[in-house]
Amino acid sequence: MSFLKRITITALAVATLAAGGAARADEQYFPLQSYRVGPYAAGGTGFFGGFIDYMTLINTRDGGVNGVKLVWDECETEYAVEKGVECYQRQKSHADTAAWNPLSVGIAYAMIDGVTADKVPLITVNHGRTDTTDGRVFPYVFPLLLNPYSETSGIVNYIASKEGGLESLKGKKIVVLYHGSPYGKETIPIYDLLAEKYGFTVVQIEVPHPGNEQGAQWLQIRREAPDYVVLRGWGVMNPVALTTAQRNGFPVDHIIGNVWSNSEEDALPAGDAAIGYTAITTQASGNQYPVLQEIIKTVYDAGQGNLSDKSRIGSVYHNLGIVNGILNVEAIRIAQAKFGNRTLTGDEVRWGFEHLQLSPERVKELGAENLFHSINVTYDNHEGEGYVTFQQWDGKKWNVVSDWIAPDWALLRPIITKSSEAYAAEKGLPIRTSEDADKVTQ
Amino acid sequence: MSAVVDTPLHSPNYLRHWPLAAVLLIAFIGMPAFAPVYVLEAILLPFLALALAGVGLNLLTGYGGQVSLGSAAFMAVGAFAAYNIQLRLALPLPITLLLSALTAAAVGLVFGLPSLRLRGFYLAVSTLAAQFFVQWALTKFGWFSNYSPSGVISAPSLSWLGYSFDSTTARYLLALSLVTLITLGVWAFTHGPLGNDLIAIRDNETAAQIIGVPVLKTKLVAFAVSSAIIGVAGFLWAFTYLRTVEPAGFDLDRSFDVLFIIIIGGLATLRGAFLGAGLIVVFPLLLSRLSALVFGGMIDSGVLELVQRIILGVLIIAFLIAEPNGLAAILDRVKRKSARNI
Repeated sequence: MSFLKRITITALAVATLAAGGAARADEQYFPLQSYRVGPYAAGGTGFFGGFIDYMTLINTRDGGVNGVKLVWDECETEYAVEKGVECYQRQKSHADTAAWNPLSVGIAYAMIDGVTADKVPLITVNHGRTDTTDGRVFPYVFPLLLNPYSETSGIVNYIASKEGGLESLKGKKIVVLYHGSPYGKETIPIYDLLAEKYGFTVVQIEVPHPGNEQGAQWLQIRREAPDYVVLRGWGVMNPVALTTAQRNGFPVDHIIGNVWSNSEEDALPAGDAAIGYTAITTQASGNQYPVLQEIIKTVYDAGQGNLSDKSRIGSVYHNLGIVNGILNVEAIRIAQAKFGNRTLTGDEVRWGFEHLQLSPERVKELGAENLFHSINVTYDNHEGEGYVTFQQWDGKKWNVVSDWIAPDWALLRPIITKSSEAYAAEKGLPIRTSEDADKVTQ
Repeated sequence: MSAVVDTPLHSPNYLRHWPLAAVLLIAFIGMPAFAPVYVLEAILLPFLALALAGVGLNLLTGYGGQVSLGSAAFMAVGAFAAYNIQLRLALPLPITLLLSALTAAAVGLVFGLPSLRLRGFYLAVSTLAAQFFVQWALTKFGWFSNYSPSGVISAPSLSWLGYSFDSTTARYLLALSLVTLITLGVWAFTHGPLGNDLIAIRDNETAAQIIGVPVLKTKLVAFAVSSAIIGVAGFLWAFTYLRTVEPAGFDLDRSFDVLFIIIIGGLATLRGAFLGAGLIVVFPLLLSRLSALVFGGMIDSGVLELVQRIILGVLIIAFLIAEPNGLAAILDRVKRKSARNI
């Protein structure tokens, strides 16, 4: 009796789990491994909100991408790797998947083998594993716009420009305060390398996740008395760093935030302690750009907006989500131009990403001029040479304080290929050529 | 003469085990043949890993009465030891497994030493040291993760005698076989002389000492065996389930997960670990699938997630009020009732 019951329950459970949605012919599906609860909810809600808002705009304004509707569903990960993996397993049974966008280095690492076998692209915009930039070894992984090494180079170049050139870095001391996670540690070797090259001293200090107590770290910073502190934070760690810096008397205008320490949610909670704080970004904040105005008009005024707090429209994370939406949609559009205006396979979308070349003129056509600069992805460069700019916090909003700056890609490339080739050797992977990249699974 | 009497007395005992045989049959043959990949990858693999960790901790806490909050640390030791042994020594898989279990046992032995002087909550707090120390050491010293820049390692492929365990089914069968074998071993252990000593110490340490139970030795053996099993669970978690290892994945939350598994499942029962792991792993997924099916799109997915947590918490409290001895006791009661009805 009890055994039969157990079998029935198990069978019911399996049936529930197996019942996936059957997709219709003219749809392209985005599995969203989002996180709206937990310590990183601010980033998750903003980013996925912006991504969804842009896809809603494309669906309502244009009727999809050349008639192909965009569909998506969300699976909550709380930024935890095993939850992200479960979501991946759950969502991958859905047909017509275009690309994965987990917004977590840990989850992305766990998915690399899987998406390569599935032949579906994995997008890690502005973050990710740096050596996936080498598309010859990682055909399906795209750290679009800015990989961690380029970010590091951009920050060091900016500090140099403030000091009067790269030569002036000699003898300076920089402290890197990094988040104790895979993401946080990714840049340790590259800071060491740049320090050696330009003759400055670098001290790298870890803040354990989630980072809501940093007294010890800032005491050490005080002892080191550096010229600059680079904040490589995430979530609650950032405002805590700024307030603790103020308490320890470190000048806030000598703290430079990285690309995941650059949002309103990072600066606002720190109050006065954040005024003068500068951070790198690939996409400017604000809602004055035409694409944002259209989103407000078409999506939010129709009550279809994803952000519950409308004051966050145009915030850094929201705009990153929108830029990520533009990149995903344009990759599909470029692939459609080659393969036809229909639902594409994951491998065809991969081809689209590998030809994702948006000039500043094309970016202007898309209504995103000055929102982001441009991108130029090729089969062997999956980052696509994104430009960076710096914004300073005035207590209420971010103001752009630099031009668009190019990181030193030529300097970084040999380090990236060395790492990716070592990975290929360890895993026994072939090095792709451009001919291989043009072979597409339909 | 006695043999003639014994046979009819014992034969119904074998019949008593038919549900277990059926479960094993379904697990070994039915699941690989019929279950979709999702069920194997996202439900059964983490279930097996956490259930094994529960079996290991149950040996220490349920049978031995030694509370430990360091389970995730021993899982991490097992996983990182297996990774480094495979990377640096390239030994056959069974030897790699054995050595990583021994490494976890050695670490467990060291952190088990305070148990000779400390008891109850004080011991629990001292095992926290293992939790923090191991995570700190794995993060601090790049050698453990082969100087991977982000500290995350992707699991190398598993193979033995030319057979690769990389496919979902092969990884599942590997995990299932290990869990079955080790659980049988633990069953034998707890029913042997050492197991009796352990239970004697749990129930009354002073009395056990007086009747001649070697308290020190038994406690340390329990720590070592339990840590070795939890180490293998860590191997399963990292190599067969996630296929990637990062120290942060073995944090205090994971230790609590394992502790809750045996408390909810039932202390000092082997079934308890599996029932508890089922509740901790499978139930939240079912809940989230069900709520996505019913409310999908209507409610913000963040709110949905929080509601699920509340429901899960309420259910756990309800279960424990209904039966403080855990799910295993509930199952027993249901069995007895249905036996009476028949």
